Amino acid sequence: MKRLRAWMSRLAGLVPSQRRERELADEIESHLQMHVDDNLRAGMTPEEARRDALLKLGGVESTRDACRERSTIPLIEHLLQDVRFALRQLARNPGFTLTAVLVLALGLGASAAIFGFVDAALIRPLPYADAGRLVDVTESTPQIPHAALSYPDYLDWKRLNTVFTSLDVHNGRGYMLRTSSGTEPVIGARVSDGFFRTLGVAPFLGRGFHDGEDLAGAPHTVILSFTAWRDRFGGRPDVIGQSVTLSDVPHTVIGVLPREFHFAPRGRAELWTTLHPAGSCDLRRSCHALEGIGRLEDGVSIETALAEMKSIAARLEREYPDSNRGQGASVLPLSEVIVGNVRPLLRALLGAAGLLLLIACVNVASLLLVRSESRRHEIAVRGALGASRPRLIRQFATESLVLVAGGTAAGLILATWAMPLLARLIPADLMAAMPYLRGLGLNAHVVAFAGGVSLLAALLFSATPMVRSPWAEVRAGLGEGGRGAAGPAWRRFGANLVIVELAIAVVLLVGAGLLGKSVHRLLEVDLGFEPDDLATLAVAAPPSRYASDEQAVALGREVLSRVASLPGVEAAGITSLLPVTFNGNTDWIRFVGRPYSGEHTEVNQRDVSAGYFEALRARLLRGRYFRDTEDASKPRVVVINRTLARQYFPGEDPIGKRFGDTSLSPGSIKEIIGVVDDIREGALDAEIWPAVYYPYNQAPDASFSLVVRTAQDAESAQPAVSAAIRGIDPDLGIIRQATMRSRIDTSPSAYLRRSSAWLIGGFAGLALLLGVVGMYGVVAYSVGQRAREIGVRIALGAPRGSVYRLILVEAGKLAAVGITVGVAGAVASAMLMRKLLFDTAAWDVPTLAAVASALAVSALLASYFPARRAASVDPLRALRAE
Amino acid sequence: MSDKADVWQGTLALMVLKTLQTLGPLHGYGIARRIEQTSGQLLSLNYGTLYPALLKLEQEGSIASAWGTSENNRRAKFYRLTRTGRKQLERQAREWEQATVILARFLASSEGSS
Repeated sequence: MKRLRAWMSRLAGLVPSQRRERELADEIESHLQMHVDDNLRAGMTPEEARRDALLKLGGVESTRDACRERSTIPLIEHLLQDVRFALRQLARNPGFTLTAVLVLALGLGASAAIFGFVDAALIRPLPYADAGRLVDVTESTPQIPHAALSYPDYLDWKRLNTVFTSLDVHNGRGYMLRTSSGTEPVIGARVSDGFFRTLGVAPFLGRGFHDGEDLAGAPHTVILSFTAWRDRFGGRPDVIGQSVTLSDVPHTVIGVLPREFHFAPRGRAELWTTLHPAGSCDLRRSCHALEGIGRLEDGVSIETALAEMKSIAARLEREYPDSNRGQGASVLPLSEVIVGNVRPLLRALLGAAGLLLLIACVNVASLLLVRSESRRHEIAVRGALGASRPRLIRQFATESLVLVAGGTAAGLILATWAMPLLARLIPADLMAAMPYLRGLGLNAHVVAFAGGVSLLAALLFSATPMVRSPWAEVRAGLGEGGRGAAGPAWRRFGANLVIVELAIAVVLLVGAGLLGKSVHRLLEVDLGFEPDDLATLAVAAPPSRYASDEQAVALGREVLSRVASLPGVEAAGITSLLPVTFNGNTDWIRFVGRPYSGEHTEVNQRDVSAGYFEALRARLLRGRYFRDTEDASKPRVVVINRTLARQYFPGEDPIGKRFGDTSLSPGSIKEIIGVVDDIREGALDAEIWPAVYYPYNQAPDASFSLVVRTAQDAESAQPAVSAAIRGIDPDLGIIRQATMRSRIDTSPSAYLRRSSAWLIGGFAGLALLLGVVGMYGVVAYSVGQRAREIGVRIALGAPRGSVYRLILVEAGKLAAVGITVGVAGAVASAMLMRKLLFDTAAWDVPTLAAVASALAVSALLASYFPARRAASVDPLRALRAE
Repeated sequence: MSDKADVWQGTLALMVLKTLQTLGPLHGYGIARRIEQTSGQLLSLNYGTLYPALLKLEQEGSIASAWGTSENNRRAKFYRLTRTGRKQLERQAREWEQATVILARFLASSEGSS
């Protein structure tokens, strides 16, 4: 208590006070006066009296100092002094200060911004209770390692397993939401009753799903996402208990999810309903549409869980060989499924940002070095005046700290501004799949990261001026008047810094180049159709009025005929799933007249209308496409892709061959009538799977996608197309309108690479700039230091050309070493980000060569100007400067 | 700060407090003279060291100060004991007495055994 009071008063003493100083002086003076009075009374002469009083006091100044020290906290007092001094020093050289702070701010800002993404995606836990114990549970086939679960399999898995405290499932579903102004398509999700309990998420309003609420006979209930509640229901609390009509079925609203809830696999879901298994898929063991999430029992590892699920899957395989042959199990950490795809990308970006930061630090360090060189005289004087070595070190450290603090503050401001900017650049569809990025922003993690990094930088910078240990040469510094030649040690060290800078610039440039090339290759990939001037959209029809096959076929025909007759539309077609979406939605086929082992032949299945291939401008290899008349009344037909033909009919003509379902049931037999060249159904970087195309009219569905070939810009045709479709029935939902080109450009495989290519390219550009500036600095400095030597050479008759050569050779050596080291580093780091490269080798020679020559040219330019200055040195002036 | 200085500073503070208790409010010079006189030349006090000690005591709230006039009509800063200071004095005096007794006994006994 007493001590605390004393500290408080000393802390207050940090604020400089004139009054306190004067009072202290007065007190000492009065003390002396009284002492002198006494001494005079004792018979001393006035002189003796004063002298004795001073002697007994022990000096006025030291008493004052002792009191001053006592009245504040000396350590902080000195620190404040140092900071004030550092600020004065830095202010005296605004060019240096501004450059250093700016360079640091760029490096730190970029790193902190990227770290913000890394934190949001990879570090911050998912918003579920004990998220580390949550796993993704699905079936697995040789073709699709992360497949989906069928409902009957799910029930068995849930019943038989002993490794999960709970196992639940979810899948996506589009709903037609009836509103006051008509119906609107809304993306939703169906979940099993315990889904939210497994996640450990409670609704923020109302209640969660009860046990058994997901069964077919249960009343229909729905939980709203926070945004749906706010945007579609006005954020009214009385929405609980209200009835909403989803695809013609009334549902009771029972809850609203918390604002911070997100679930990336169903990122866009606004309405959460329960399974209510019904229809041809849900009850069929061979229809895989569900994804599972499980919470591991205490003490159970993922490996144990996987082993048990595999053994359960094997048991079901024996029990239901027809449907479950080859159906294994997959158990992955939930976080892996949610952020696994962005992890390599974020790592690469963080690495690139780190390199940029490093180059920024190296740059500032070399600036500091040059500065300490020119301050040799000052340091020598201060040393001679008695500044102790630790005091000088502290002074340097304080200057670096002040510099770094400025850079960090500016960098954090930059990061705060850059993070939302970068996030806004992410297309909405992709953002929906990465909902964890919503929490992006400056937070404790980012600040701690920036703080840690800047502390390291400050340490580096404090150490930099000591490389030369200027106080060891106090006398030398004084004697030379601080003008001497650059020490060889410094020249070597400065040169090393330039090599590091150039090497980092090479690594970043090559990284950006390789990614850029990958994107280029990716977008050049043969799609098997012409993606330009192609509009796409999805149509969702209310199932109550389009439930029967006949109704769906009639709707398809009506849509196609209305759209095709629009001006500017050349052709239109229907497909169950647009190209460049994903490999999946598969069918198992069994060829007629061939031995069958029971192993599933899994192929992509798409149901397409007559005219679909023509609208895509796909390439027909053999046979023919569908005719509109080929419906349920005609024999079943199929078009296969080239990969299927090559894999299953090598050296044979597949036309006329037949296949059916796994049991070859009579209704399932289809005849191959055509072979189309491979259309890329999956992602751009995914391999081509065998595919079968069935006529839409023989496999109709009330929701389908539409491709529209337009004469001109596909974008501008879209309003007319949707108006034509709504003209058929205003209750038809139209979703996901986009041109094929934009779908491809913003598809994750292309977008993620392109954005990282741009980002790393930006970093590389900055790194190149910093490297070249660093190079210029070192060469210019060296030329300045050698002005006398050069002057002598010229005076002795050396031709100017030889001076050029002298400087350029020195610079060339630096650049050559830097580039060589950089190329080696670039290949090594490209190997680390192999996953991100597409059809591009880590040692891609054209990229490496281009970067190396670009850097060589820049380095040459950076040293040309100092060389020219050196060659134009006036020998008389240089010599007279002695 | 070394341990020695700490002890010294502790005793100096105690002497200051005791002086103020005995003589009432007093200025720095007076305190210094009084300590010197009481110690009977055994202690050579550098007057200058008194002022940081006074400052410390004041920061801790054991003494308070005010400007006044000395017996010889000089303007001087007078220090007086506060309630906290009085308590501190009592406690420290007791502690010192105890310590001296213990140390005296200890020294006596070790002399006896040698």
